[in-house]
Amino acid sequence: MAEDRAEHTHLIELKDIYKIYRMGDVEVRANDGISFCIDSGEMVAIVGKSGSGKSTIMNIIGALDVPTEGKYYLDGVDVGSMTDNELAVIRNKQIGFIFQQYNLLPKMNLLKNVELPLLYAGVSDNQRRERALASLEKVGLGDVWKKYPNQLSGGQQQRVSIARALVGRPSLILADEPTGALDSRTSRDVLDFLKELNGEGNTIVIITHDNSIAMEAKRVIQIHDGKVIFDGTAEKYKERVNGK
Amino acid sequence: MKTSQAFFMAFSSLVSNKLRAFLTMLGMIIGVGAVIAMISLMDGMIGYTMGSFSDMGADTISVSLMGKGSKVLTDEQMYEFVDAHGEDFSALSPSSSLQTAVRYGEQTMKSETVSGVSESYAGIQGLTVDSGRFLAYADMLSRSKVCVIGTYVCKELFDGADPVGKRIRIGADSYTVIGLLQEKGDSTKYSMDDCIYAPYTLIGRASGSAQPTGYTLKMTDAENSTKAQQELEDFLYNFYHDKECYMVTNMASLLDIMDDMIGVMKKILVGIAGISLLVAGIGIMNIMLVSVSERTREIGIRKSLGAKQKDIMKQFVIEAAVLSTIGGGIGVAIGGIATTALGNVIGMSCSPSAKAVAVAFGVSAGIGLLFGYMPAKRAARLNPIDALRSE
Repeated sequence: MAEDRAEHTHLIELKDIYKIYRMGDVEVRANDGISFCIDSGEMVAIVGKSGSGKSTIMNIIGALDVPTEGKYYLDGVDVGSMTDNELAVIRNKQIGFIFQQYNLLPKMNLLKNVELPLLYAGVSDNQRRERALASLEKVGLGDVWKKYPNQLSGGQQQRVSIARALVGRPSLILADEPTGALDSRTSRDVLDFLKELNGEGNTIVIITHDNSIAMEAKRVIQIHDGKVIFDGTAEKYKERVNGK
Repeated sequence: MKTSQAFFMAFSSLVSNKLRAFLTMLGMIIGVGAVIAMISLMDGMIGYTMGSFSDMGADTISVSLMGKGSKVLTDEQMYEFVDAHGEDFSALSPSSSLQTAVRYGEQTMKSETVSGVSESYAGIQGLTVDSGRFLAYADMLSRSKVCVIGTYVCKELFDGADPVGKRIRIGADSYTVIGLLQEKGDSTKYSMDDCIYAPYTLIGRASGSAQPTGYTLKMTDAENSTKAQQELEDFLYNFYHDKECYMVTNMASLLDIMDDMIGVMKKILVGIAGISLLVAGIGIMNIMLVSVSERTREIGIRKSLGAKQKDIMKQFVIEAAVLSTIGGGIGVAIGGIATTALGNVIGMSCSPSAKAVAVAFGVSAGIGLLFGYMPAKRAARLNPIDALRSE
């Protein structure tokens, strides 16, 4: 394994990823040979239209799913062929999810929501509370930890979900359409906050269909029909979009 | 995730869904409560009935004589019969009875049964005297107006004070109380303590017939009751040549029949109880299934945050366990209260039987767990992506 690690120096390394669904006789190739690497500290947007396969690649990167074929190394560890329980550990320790619909548990207060990943990691009661509070403070909601998600605005709820993503100190923050349910002003706030987090050294991957959101990142990977059709800086992507 | 944390999570999930939790438990509460009340009341009733019957003596045979025309069986003839069948019968007492009003001062018992018996009756029925003495042979001969009373009568007439030496009125005559019997039942009406015994030579006369209308015989061996009963019936038939003139009742065979009847009733009750508990368990399963589909998204979120299959499993199984334990506990409490309350209404002292509590609680918790396990398994296996997408 030590050799393996030395070989795979990138945080994320995808090698010829195929995800193939069979519906009767029809074969759907959601991911049709995707390869790219992401390094620690990057801020990358994966952009594509609906049906392009970007959600499938997000699920694989997020350890929610495994590829039909190909290799996926996360932090040097082969995740592509893990069992359900091993994947759960990866999700718990390595990845912080931010969802379009926030996905907070409505019957729990903010603190409990943010504590959840630590609960599954087996962190002690006191430490859990301390770290969850710190995380909430970081997103500016430390003083309302007793509130419930439905007492907050959409932007605030998304900030809670960011706090929850951060609390486990993951090596990767994976944001799936993080501004999809927000108005333009709160979207701006959330994006700025994600940039700020990136500035502090967090690796951030945003999945979006929106070019203007994608251009906020430093690097853009465009997916079309299950293949990577563009991989470069945001500036180059801008030229490409405007050029067409 | 630690089990203690899973417990806490299950509790808070139930607290935040109070109505749903309560409705689920309702089935369990009613099931367990009803089973406990039913079995305990039944046990109480069986105990009471069997007790009353065996109080009357399992080794006794009683004869009621309806008589026929001029043919009158005298007490001498009966004594001769018992003497001749010493291997089967050890004692005999005539027993006639009189229904009349009994009074002491202001206290009146409107319709009380006064039994005319001989001095050997105490031995036959195993009666012991608390104070004073029982009837004696001399009382039969001299036809003395004396009587022995039970604790219930003493309570009614004398308010529990020592009655020995007091004079009470039985019908038109005045009798001296010479003895108070030891409590055999629970000092209530129709129990073994609701009794007045006087010399049969007097009561026989008072009720208008010269000879006793019945006899109580003590058998040497209760196991041999069938043979003894046959001897007695043969003797009576030879005398009357008509089966309609007498009735022989054997306590031992009566108890056997009762035993059989109660056995059948118990089986039916256990069946009903089992169905109630099964229904309660299915209720829990239903709610857990609904809960799983209702909370698919929650399961997806939890899984995306790193919950393993066993964590989700734990959460749902513990929820089911907590539900059925609390439901079962409340059911036990309600069953206990219902048993005592109903027992009071019926007039029996009933207490919830430990067996009923253990069985009802155990079965309900077991079914709850089992039926909670299956939906939990389903929940744990959900694919996080599909679970996250569900609304």
